[in-house]
Amino acid sequence: MELIKSQTNFNFVRVMKPAVILSVAVILIGIASLFWHGGPNYGIDFAGGTLIQIKFDKEPQADKIRDAFRTIGFEGSIIQEFGHNEVIVRTAESGADPAGLTAKVDEALSTAFGKASYEVRRVEMVGPKVGRDLTRKALLAIFFSWIGILIYVGVRFEFRYALGGIVALIHDILITVTFLSLFGKEFDLNIVAALLTIVGYSINDTIVIFDRIRENTRKNVKTPLTELINLSVNQTLSRTILTSFTLFMVLLVLFFMGGAVIHDFTFTLLVGTIAGVYSTVFIASPIVLLFEKIHPTGLIKRKG
Amino acid sequence: MFRSIRLRVAITMVICLAALVYLAPSLTSDLPALWKQYLPTDKIRLGLDLQGGMHLVLEVDTAKAVETTLVRSANDLKETLMDSRVRFRFLDRLKDAHPTFEFPDVASRDAFDKILKAQYPDLEEASSETVEGKARVALKIKERRAADIRKMAVDQSLETIRNRVDQFGISEPEIIPQGEDRIIVQLPGVKDPARAKGLIGRTALLEFKLVDDEHSVEDALRGNLPEGSMLANESRLDRTTGRRTDIPLLLKSRALLTGDALENARVQIGDRFGEPHVSIKFNAQGAKDFDRITAENVKKRLAIVLDGVVHSAPVIQERISGGQAQITGSFTMEEASDLAIVLRAGALPAPVNILEERTVGPSLGKDSIEMGTWASIIGGILVLLFMVLYYRATGLIADLALCLNMLLLLGTMAAFKATLTLPGIAGIALTIGMAVDANVLINERIREELRLGKTLRAAIEAGYAKAFLTIFDSNVTTLVAALFLFGFGTGPVKGFAVTLTIGIVASMFTAIFVTRIIFDHLVWNRKLDRISI
Repeated sequence: MELIKSQTNFNFVRVMKPAVILSVAVILIGIASLFWHGGPNYGIDFAGGTLIQIKFDKEPQADKIRDAFRTIGFEGSIIQEFGHNEVIVRTAESGADPAGLTAKVDEALSTAFGKASYEVRRVEMVGPKVGRDLTRKALLAIFFSWIGILIYVGVRFEFRYALGGIVALIHDILITVTFLSLFGKEFDLNIVAALLTIVGYSINDTIVIFDRIRENTRKNVKTPLTELINLSVNQTLSRTILTSFTLFMVLLVLFFMGGAVIHDFTFTLLVGTIAGVYSTVFIASPIVLLFEKIHPTGLIKRKG
Repeated sequence: MFRSIRLRVAITMVICLAALVYLAPSLTSDLPALWKQYLPTDKIRLGLDLQGGMHLVLEVDTAKAVETTLVRSANDLKETLMDSRVRFRFLDRLKDAHPTFEFPDVASRDAFDKILKAQYPDLEEASSETVEGKARVALKIKERRAADIRKMAVDQSLETIRNRVDQFGISEPEIIPQGEDRIIVQLPGVKDPARAKGLIGRTALLEFKLVDDEHSVEDALRGNLPEGSMLANESRLDRTTGRRTDIPLLLKSRALLTGDALENARVQIGDRFGEPHVSIKFNAQGAKDFDRITAENVKKRLAIVLDGVVHSAPVIQERISGGQAQITGSFTMEEASDLAIVLRAGALPAPVNILEERTVGPSLGKDSIEMGTWASIIGGILVLLFMVLYYRATGLIADLALCLNMLLLLGTMAAFKATLTLPGIAGIALTIGMAVDANVLINERIREELRLGKTLRAAIEAGYAKAFLTIFDSNVTTLVAALFLFGFGTGPVKGFAVTLTIGIVASMFTAIFVTRIIFDHLVWNRKLDRISI
């Protein structure tokens, strides 16, 4: 079977400019959305606070839960539906007395709903100090992974490729963050893991095309880089689509069947995968081309 | 590389067999006895998010430990000064929580300096000033000594918490230090999180103090606290109403005896109300001290204070020798047994604060495993089907590689005692998706070479050679990202990075090495010159 005919010859380089404009537009929307929402919607991992997941034996009324929580002084608690007959209650409070907190919640719920009709399935409390720590670690992880990739790709290829790869993955992260913000998703540690995975896959995808460009440059020293890039993207097109398709398939199954806990996690990866394929084809190579124009490197000089 | 197909098959067999041996305990629980004796029996460990349990991050209040030492040393110094007849006035906590001494003349100041230097090497002057012709000296703990105290406080807390958790009876708890003053406690499958938290977080400082009968409590409550005395509440349970009331008591500040002097503590049921109480036994020195204290203070009240709260303050009827005492105070059975545990394990050297808590109920963990596993299996099957559909016979080879990849991944996780978390399951599913990539790369390359008119043998040769570099570079780059994820990640994120890393390495082996054997076998031994790809 062949999905992509072997003789495809789309002129990718020609549509790269509109593609870049499209990406920039989406990212600008994302930045606007972030400002509109007053920054990212940080989960308790980063903002600190308490999260309580409760499963009821029948469909609970949000108002009743809210009232129950109001009686114990959780005025600003956010109540979200989470899977079947389950809710997540989030408050900004992170008590120095967490034992008392759970007891209070238990008492409020059993007066409102009756003792056996619910089950507290998860309690997470993150103090503000730890929240700051986790944020710092997450940012460090992202930053150093970029540096690591920059160095490795810089050594194995050339520096302009490394830059192209990094720009492509920053693009993917920004696009993903845009969609997270537009859909009002929460930023927590799992989302950071997902973002970092996107970093890994995006660069993986990009490297395959760079590898082809590298190979073609050696074979056809006289051909201009624009043509080589076009050739390489076309040659690897069927692989790019196949791999992303299988990955996408697995993610879709996880998204619909993996349960509520990893729902946002897989959502992030889905968006990231699409952004990753897109940037591999339309973003990474133009950057290489751009640096070529600014500063022609050895490979080109050799031909003249 | 290795040309011999037989050698390569042997290598593959050995690796897969090893993975299978490590994986077996996770698959079935009834292994033959001989297996249990000689072969690995560790199962793949499930993270707290999958099996349920509690994760706590505690912070030891090390500043408090330093302060306690400072106060104690200052009190000792006060007594030494009195014994040496040095004239001074003690100004408690005058400046920035530094105990301050005031001296009326130069001679006593000099005497103080001498004593400080000779007998209290841990203390030093924080600041000194002259107020109305009198020298005032504020004291602090020397920085080096303070660092020791801080470190010791964390070490001791770790040890104490470990003891308490062990006695509470939780299998495979994990208690590890983190950073300078933090302790991570992981309690898998804990049934009563609130109780466990109470047990771990309690300071459990037991003190015996005399009740100050010479001064009036009312006076002290109004703010006239007599020197050397302190206020504490006695918590009393009214048996008829079941309500607890706090009654203020005036106590002598000095603790005559502390929990350090205990040898054992256990729960006993009282004869009268069938009520549990904790019976304590002093060690040799403690028994001697207790004997002396009770002898000296007959007819006075001795308060038993736990973490600043008076549990009871009985009148000493007569001298008590033998080193036994009881702590009563209307406990439930659970409370009494927890108290006995914390007394046996000893007090924490400093209070601990809970910075982070994550508790997952066992039912949620079970749901997560079921859904995650099913989703992964279905995702995997879809990928397998797709590969056969797209590449036919070659797809089957890739599928075999994929299955081996799963075996190696899970086997390695069991061997390294890696923890499988929920994002980890997602990581496995993603590994499936990504492991395919290597085979897609190879197969697409072989297709390309075939299109150029090469023979199958040459096409396979060239396809693998060219795809290898690509696979290597792209996977190592992902590996770089995964390693940073592991280095900086916490909890579930780390679990995800582990799965991803092992998955990448395993997929490079199965997708490149193993599939090549099959291709070579088909072309060399079976003399195949065409294959559906």
